[in-house]
Amino acid sequence: MRRGALRRIGARALHVFVLVFFVVALAFPFFWMLIATFKRNIDLYTVENNPFLFNMPPTLEHLRFLFAETRFVRWLGNTALVGVLVVAITLLLSVPAAYALARLAGRWGERLGIAIFLTYLIPPTLLFIPLSRVVALLGLQDSIFSVVVVYPTMTVPFSVWLLMAFFKSIPKELEDAAMVDGLTRFGAFLKMVVPISVSGILTVVIFTFTLVTQEFVYALTFISPESNQMVGVGIPIFLVRGDVYYWGSLMAACLVASLPIAVVYNLFLDRFIAGFTVGSVK
Amino acid sequence: MLLPAVLYILALVGLPLVLAVFYAFSDARIGSTSIHWVGLENFRSILESPSFRKAIRNSVVFTVSAQVIVIVCSTILSIALEKPFRGRGIVRFLILLPWVAPVSLGTIGWKWILDSIYSVITWVLVALHVYKPYSAPMWLGEPHLAMASVVLVHCWRLIPFSTVIVLAGLSAIPKEVPEAAAIDGAGFWRTLFQINIPMMAPILSVAILFGTVFTFTDMTVVYILTAGGPFDSTQTLPSLAFATGIAGSDLAAGAAISLFLVPVLVGVAYLMLRVAHRAEVT
Amino acid sequence: MAVVETRNLTKVFKEGELGAVNDVNLATEEGEFLVFLGPSGSGKTTLLRMVAGLETPTSGEILIGGRVVNGLTPRERRIAMVFQSYALYPHLTVYKNIAFPLKAQKVPRDQHRKKVEWAAGLLGIGRLLERKPRELSGGERQRVALARAIVREPAVFLLDEPLSNLDAKLRASAREELEQFHKSIGTTTIYVTHDQVEAMAMGDRVVVMDKGRVRQIGTPAEVYDEPADTFVATFLGSPPMNLVPGAGGITGFRPEHFQPARVAAVPDSVAMRLTFSHEEYLGAERMLYGTLADGPSAGAKVVSRIASTHAGLFTKGATYDFAVEKRHLKVFDPATGARKT
Repeated sequence: MRRGALRRIGARALHVFVLVFFVVALAFPFFWMLIATFKRNIDLYTVENNPFLFNMPPTLEHLRFLFAETRFVRWLGNTALVGVLVVAITLLLSVPAAYALARLAGRWGERLGIAIFLTYLIPPTLLFIPLSRVVALLGLQDSIFSVVVVYPTMTVPFSVWLLMAFFKSIPKELEDAAMVDGLTRFGAFLKMVVPISVSGILTVVIFTFTLVTQEFVYALTFISPESNQMVGVGIPIFLVRGDVYYWGSLMAACLVASLPIAVVYNLFLDRFIAGFTVGSVK
Repeated sequence: MLLPAVLYILALVGLPLVLAVFYAFSDARIGSTSIHWVGLENFRSILESPSFRKAIRNSVVFTVSAQVIVIVCSTILSIALEKPFRGRGIVRFLILLPWVAPVSLGTIGWKWILDSIYSVITWVLVALHVYKPYSAPMWLGEPHLAMASVVLVHCWRLIPFSTVIVLAGLSAIPKEVPEAAAIDGAGFWRTLFQINIPMMAPILSVAILFGTVFTFTDMTVVYILTAGGPFDSTQTLPSLAFATGIAGSDLAAGAAISLFLVPVLVGVAYLMLRVAHRAEVT
Repeated sequence: MAVVETRNLTKVFKEGELGAVNDVNLATEEGEFLVFLGPSGSGKTTLLRMVAGLETPTSGEILIGGRVVNGLTPRERRIAMVFQSYALYPHLTVYKNIAFPLKAQKVPRDQHRKKVEWAAGLLGIGRLLERKPRELSGGERQRVALARAIVREPAVFLLDEPLSNLDAKLRASAREELEQFHKSIGTTTIYVTHDQVEAMAMGDRVVVMDKGRVRQIGTPAEVYDEPADTFVATFLGSPPMNLVPGAGGITGFRPEHFQPARVAAVPDSVAMRLTFSHEEYLGAERMLYGTLADGPSAGAKVVSRIASTHAGLFTKGATYDFAVEKRHLKVFDPATGARKT
C-alpha cells in the first residue's frame, strides 16, 4: 500500500513540475515585457543590476513616450479599421459561398470545399512578390486599403471551410419547413440558418480579426509610410531609431498590443479547435 | 452565392500564383517596367548561390527540429492538462499567450531576452557562475546559437497551438478504452504508447502538418530576430525571398526562391487529404 | 475462480448528496452467474466498476478470493471486464486485441498464438483474427471482447450491459451464446443489466438495486415469486404486479394470477370483480385492463393476463367475476413498501 501512495505523490509532483515548467517557459517573455515596461532606463541598461527586481522605483515614462511621442495610437486605429473592413468583406464573401457549398449535393460540393481549403495552405511568403505588383497596379501601394483588399485571401478559405461544416450540420428540414410556411429560399436562409450559425459566424469574426493583427509580410511589403502602418509591423520597424532599440517603449508597445487580443482569443478558443479539427477528424 | 468568393480567390490567389511562376522565369525588377523572358537563368544563379543553399538547408533543419520538439512537448503538456484541476483556466490562458500574441511582438520580446548585452539568460548564467561576466556567448550573434534561437522561438509559438489540438485528440478517446487497457494489465507508459498515441495518430498528423507549414513558410521570426544573419546562417527560403525580392528589388530572383516552397506545400496538402480520407473511413 | 464480496460498500460522488452506492453487502458463490439488476441510476454500474477497480469506494471493503483488494489496481485484481461499448482497440487487429492482455502481463511471445487461438476458438471467431474492429458486426465485436477477456483466464468476469448495443433480434441469440459460454468456462461472473428478462433468463441469482441500495438478493424464482418490497415486485414482471390499496396495507397480485373466475370455484381464492376498460391482443396472450368494481380497493386500475386460448369476449363498462388464489396474494406495508406476508 505504501508503494502505491509513494507512486501517487511522485506522479503528482511530476504533474506539477511539468505544468510549472511550461507555464514559465511559455509565459515568461510576457512577464519580462511587463517588467521592462515599467523599469527606468538606467535600471534597464545597467548590466550588474538584478533584472528581476526593480532596483529603482518603477516609471510610467515608457508608456507616456509610447502614447504621446510615437504613432502607436495611430497604428492601433489603423489596425482596428482594417480589422473591421476585412471582417465585413470576409463575411460577405464566405457566408454565401459556404452555404452554397454546404447545400450543393454530391461530390462536387465536397471537392470544391477541399479545393478552397487547400488555398489556405498557400502562404503569403509565396504570393507576396507578385501581389506587390498587383497592389501597385491597383494604385493601392502604401495605402492601408492594400491590405484590406489582400487579407481576405487568407481569411476566406478557412472561413468557408468552417462555415461549410456548420451549415452542413443544420438539417435541411428546417429550411424546408420555413419555405412550406411561406418564406423564400433566401428568407429561409436569413431567418433560419443565420441565427443558428451565430456561433460559427462569431468564430469567423474573431479568427479574421486576430489574423489581421498578426499579419506581418503583406503589411511590411505593401505599406511603407509610418502613419499608414499597423501595429504588427509598426512596432518592430518604427520603434527602432536607426540601430537603437528603445526597449522600454518597445516592450510596453508589445504588451499593450498583445494582451487584449490574447484575452479575446482565449474566450473563443474552443471554437477554433473545432474549426481546425472538424474537417480533418470527424 | 459561390461566385464572388471563387472569383475573388482566383483573382487574388490564382493570378498571383501564375505571376510568381512567370516572374521566376523573367528579369523583373522593382522600378523597372520592362520584363523579358530569361528561361532558367534565375534558377541557375540562385542554385549556385551559397546563401540559397544555406537557406534551403536551414528551412528544412528548422522545420524538422521544431516539429519534433513541439510534438513531444505538446503531448507531454496535454497529458498534464487533460484532467481538470483548480486554476486550469488560468494555466490555459498563460500557456496560450505565445500563440495568440502577434508573431512580430512575441519575437521582439525574445530579441530583448536574447540581447547580446542585456540578456536575462546571460545574467542568470553569470549569477550561477556558469560564465564569467561579459564572457557569455552572444545568443543571436553566433551562427549555431542564432539558429537554435530561431528554432526556439518557433517552438515557443507552436507549442500552445499543438497542445490545443492534441488535447482535443486526447479528449476524443472514449474513456472506456484506456480503462480496458488498465484492466488488461497495461501500466501508464504502455497505455500511452501502445493505445492512446496510436489512436490519436490522425490528429497528431494534423498538428504536425499545420506546424510544418507555419514554420516552413514563416519569414517574420527570422526577419525580426536575426534578419537572416549572422552571415546568412539563419536565412530561410521565405526570408531570403523577401531579402532578395523586396529589399534587394530583384523580383525575379525572389519569386524563383519562393517557388521552392511549393514542393513541400504540395506534399503537405497531399498528406492532409490522406489523413482526412482515412479518418472518414474509420 | 473466486468469490467476490463487498462489505458496507458506499460510493458518494458529491458531498452531501445521496451516494451512488449505499452500504451494499453481498457475496457471490463460486462459479455463479450473478446479475446486478436495476433501473438507470440505481448504482449497479458504479458497483461493478468498484469491483473492477475503476472507481475507488468512499467507504467499505471489496474482497476477491478472500483478500481485500481496495488498494489494488485493476491489473492486480485478476479480473476481466467487457464494457457496454466493448472498448476494442480500434487500431489493432482482432488477433492483437486478444493478445494485448498477454503482452501487458509479459506472457512470453511464443505462447501468445496458442492462447489467442484457444480463446478465439471458444467464441467461434477464429476466421476474424486479421480483421480490424471497424470491419466487424456488433455481435462479432462482442465475441472479440469476450475472447480478450477470457484469454487471461481471470478469476472473475465482469460484464457491463454487453447486450444493450445489439439490435433486438440479435440479442436473444447473443444471450444464449453468453449462457453457453458461462457454462463451458464456469468462471464467477457478475453481469449488469436493466433488462429484467435478461436477468431472469441468465442469472443464477439476481441482485435487485434501486437508488444505490440493494433491495433483494435471490434466485430468479425468489425475486419474482417472493419479492421483498413493492419496488422489486413492480420492477420484475411485465406488466408489473398489480398493487391496490386495501385493508391492512397494499395488496399485490400478478396479472397472470388474476384470472376470470371459473364456473367451479377454486378453493382458497379471493373474488374480485373487474369493470372492463380495454384489451390488448398480443398473439399468445391477451391483456385485459380495467378497474376493480367494489371492495376496499374499488376504482383501482388493474391488469389481467390470460392465455389467448381463453376465448371469452369482454365489453367495455361491463363487470366480470375474477379471482386470485390466496397463495398468490402479497401484502406490503404502505409506509416502507416491505412485504408483510
